[in-house]
Amino acid sequence: MSSTWRERLRHGLLLMLALPFVLALVALGRRARLERADVAFANGGEVTSLDPQVVTGQAEGRVMNALYEGLTVKHPETLAPLPGMAESWEFAEDGLTWTFRLRDARWSNGDTLDSADFLWSWRRLLEPETAAAGAYHLFCVQGARAYAEGAHDPARREALWSAVGLAAPDARTLVVTLARPTPWFLALTSYHALFPLHRASLEHFQQRFPARWESEWMQPGHLVTNGPFKLRERRVNDRLRLVKNPEYWDAANVALRTLDVLALEHVHTALNLYLAGEVDWIDRVPPALVEELLARPDFRPAPYLASYFYRVNVTRPPCDDVRVRRALALAIDRHALTTKVLKKGERPSWSLTPEGLAGYARPELAHARDAAPEAAFAADCAEARALLAAAGYGPERPFPPLELHYNTSETHRDVAEVLADGWRRTLGIEVVLANQEWKAYLDAQVHLRYDVSRSSWIGDYADPQNFLEVFLSDGDNNRTGFGNAEYDRRVAEAAAARDPVRRLALLSEAEALLLAELPILPIYSYVSQNLVNPRLGGFFANVQDEHPPKFWHWKERPR
Amino acid sequence: MTRFLVRRALWFLLTVWLVVSVSFVLMRAVRGGPFSGERALAPAIEARLAERYHLDWPLWKQYLQYVGPFDWSEHGTGFLGGDGTRPFGGLLALDLGPSFRYRDFTVNDILAQSLPISATLGALALLVALALGVPAGIFSAVKRGSTLDLLVRLAATIGIALPNFVVAGLLLVFFVFQLGLLPPAGWGGLRHLVLPAFVLGLPYAAYVARLVRSGMLEVLSSDFVRTARAKGLPERIVLVRHALRAAILPLVTYLGPATAGILTGSLVVEKIFAIPGTGSHFVNSALNRDYTLAMGVTLVYTVLVYTLNLAVDLAHALLDPRLAPEEGA
Repeated sequence: MSSTWRERLRHGLLLMLALPFVLALVALGRRARLERADVAFANGGEVTSLDPQVVTGQAEGRVMNALYEGLTVKHPETLAPLPGMAESWEFAEDGLTWTFRLRDARWSNGDTLDSADFLWSWRRLLEPETAAAGAYHLFCVQGARAYAEGAHDPARREALWSAVGLAAPDARTLVVTLARPTPWFLALTSYHALFPLHRASLEHFQQRFPARWESEWMQPGHLVTNGPFKLRERRVNDRLRLVKNPEYWDAANVALRTLDVLALEHVHTALNLYLAGEVDWIDRVPPALVEELLARPDFRPAPYLASYFYRVNVTRPPCDDVRVRRALALAIDRHALTTKVLKKGERPSWSLTPEGLAGYARPELAHARDAAPEAAFAADCAEARALLAAAGYGPERPFPPLELHYNTSETHRDVAEVLADGWRRTLGIEVVLANQEWKAYLDAQVHLRYDVSRSSWIGDYADPQNFLEVFLSDGDNNRTGFGNAEYDRRVAEAAAARDPVRRLALLSEAEALLLAELPILPIYSYVSQNLVNPRLGGFFANVQDEHPPKFWHWKERPR
Repeated sequence: MTRFLVRRALWFLLTVWLVVSVSFVLMRAVRGGPFSGERALAPAIEARLAERYHLDWPLWKQYLQYVGPFDWSEHGTGFLGGDGTRPFGGLLALDLGPSFRYRDFTVNDILAQSLPISATLGALALLVALALGVPAGIFSAVKRGSTLDLLVRLAATIGIALPNFVVAGLLLVFFVFQLGLLPPAGWGGLRHLVLPAFVLGLPYAAYVARLVRSGMLEVLSSDFVRTARAKGLPERIVLVRHALRAAILPLVTYLGPATAGILTGSLVVEKIFAIPGTGSHFVNSALNRDYTLAMGVTLVYTVLVYTLNLAVDLAHALLDPRLAPEEGA
């Protein structure tokens, strides 16, 4: 009898040992090898979703630009709006009415795409059930905000919708009435929040799988899109395999047959793959290797519409005193930081807005100017020390320890150390570095549990308004405790201004006010860090660091 | 035997329940939520999302929803006020819920995609560990004090001491950038598995070699081995059939939890070689506050460790005649 249980046990254990190997074989069998795509690029982490209305973020934006298309598309170099789903458009004299003429376009499953698709999709964007992070982008349309905020009430829903300034007089015409002049509206129509969605397939999966329709709807073979590419395969944390969409209106001009979007979180791995020729574009490089990479012809950092700054908690001492904030802002050696630490050609900045906003007189926080940056910095430090003394800090009342808050990252740590070291040496302040992982860092910022905290803002579109509305008293992203009625008034007036020159002047005044009050410490303007195969055509450096794959092609035959 | 297994099963249920409950509470106690980001969501949108994922419910209700088997939502179980389209849900219905970070996937989807990948890599790494470690340990014990023994012990110490990202870097430089033999990273075929399996298996191989060596040394000086030799059995039979069988007991003990660890993946190796396995989810899900995915991977790990430890106990009974559980015990 003892031998029988031993026998059974032996078999059982062998089975358990064999199980992982069987699983392994199944896995290998299922994952048939994929051919190398025409182009593969590293896209940071896995995208949150393939629903263009709920996602935000650069990595997601790239995938959306490949799968979907809005009324317009951006020119790959100048970013000027080119015809997309709309073949032409008109802008009425009143400065508020846009009329889009749609082209004869089809979805990837062959269905016709018409103006009703846009109406339905934009309505979905505004509806509370969608919980779309980018719903506010459409608030420039008449009645859109009221609809988004009131639609949870079924009784008012239809009435509110009929008041929204969107109309489709016929299947090929879409008329948009804006609530106020919005110079960036045309550019906005190429942004993924305003892309159309295929109603029939979405509603089909919502009805069949009420609890998990997202995972069904977005599977390869189920997802219906209207862009230059469509989804062929999706492996979590590995890749999206996209293939050319033959139903796309401009398919004749799409050169790539396959496109791989790799979810590569590790920047060194991405670089290894690029160097081995397995990936054609990576969007970030390891900070420690910048100098070596700069010697290569395929690494060309270019100015980018984004600002790096520190938020200051203006609600608690010692930073509730504007003199202290100004002293801290002056005693940052931006020149040394950008040339000796960052080295990619970042531009020192004394403003919230980055360079390159057309027609905008960009104010700067008052600081010393000198041909020799060292001399200017010395003068700024002298002023900073005087300001601290004026604020009452000195040998008998030492400055309290200042907490410098940043999220875990090599670059942020380097910048934080330069700042801390500078403040210690020039101002004699005791600085404590506090590093937190991303979510805890955000939580501390939102709840104002910090003194000064690392921050950045990437422009959604090339307009100062996009940067300045962040620091409105009731701004969702303010996170400094700063509130200034004068500032709010100027930004609001600018939003309503019909005259573009006056609008920009008002925004410039607002920024000057911000830079006097200093709820932020400006540091530098970003540069892009693309490492791109030089034979990849249709890929250009531009201020928004956007590179729509529709235009990509090989300049000569790849290996 | 049956009573032994039943007792183990009861302990198993208790352990899983404790792990689920403790990790549920810990996850929610951490600051920051799954939907916070660089750009704050409008409060109305955030409320809507919380509603969809039931984060607006009181914690006890969220916990019951997670554990199941009844669904408390508006589409849920009839007697709880739902419309009955989805009567069962939660852990007891083997439903680990939707992921918060990967919005197009359920946790079941993610595990179904990533576990086989980690298991493939882990199985290969385990093979590497055993194929290198066991023979090295035997030779080293038999030729105790020789140069070979010294080399094996040195290699084992280095193998344990060197962090795997260093080993990975060295191998990458040599095999990828010098020889151009293997791809630097990715997941697709056997070619992609060679380096990560080796890197992942190496420290285990070193440990295995040391365990086998010390086990062999102890056994080789014991009475029954002397008896076997005195009977005039060939040395090969003495070593493999008598000595090794007793000497690998510590190895078997070690292999249980080690296998659980190696099969569920390694964060570092998966990151360096861009392998879409489960290992990265252990850390990233916590960082992303992806409550359900974090719970899911913790649960899988718990079940694996428990099962493999049980297998270890049974294997002991099989290998060591002194430990045979008396019938009915």
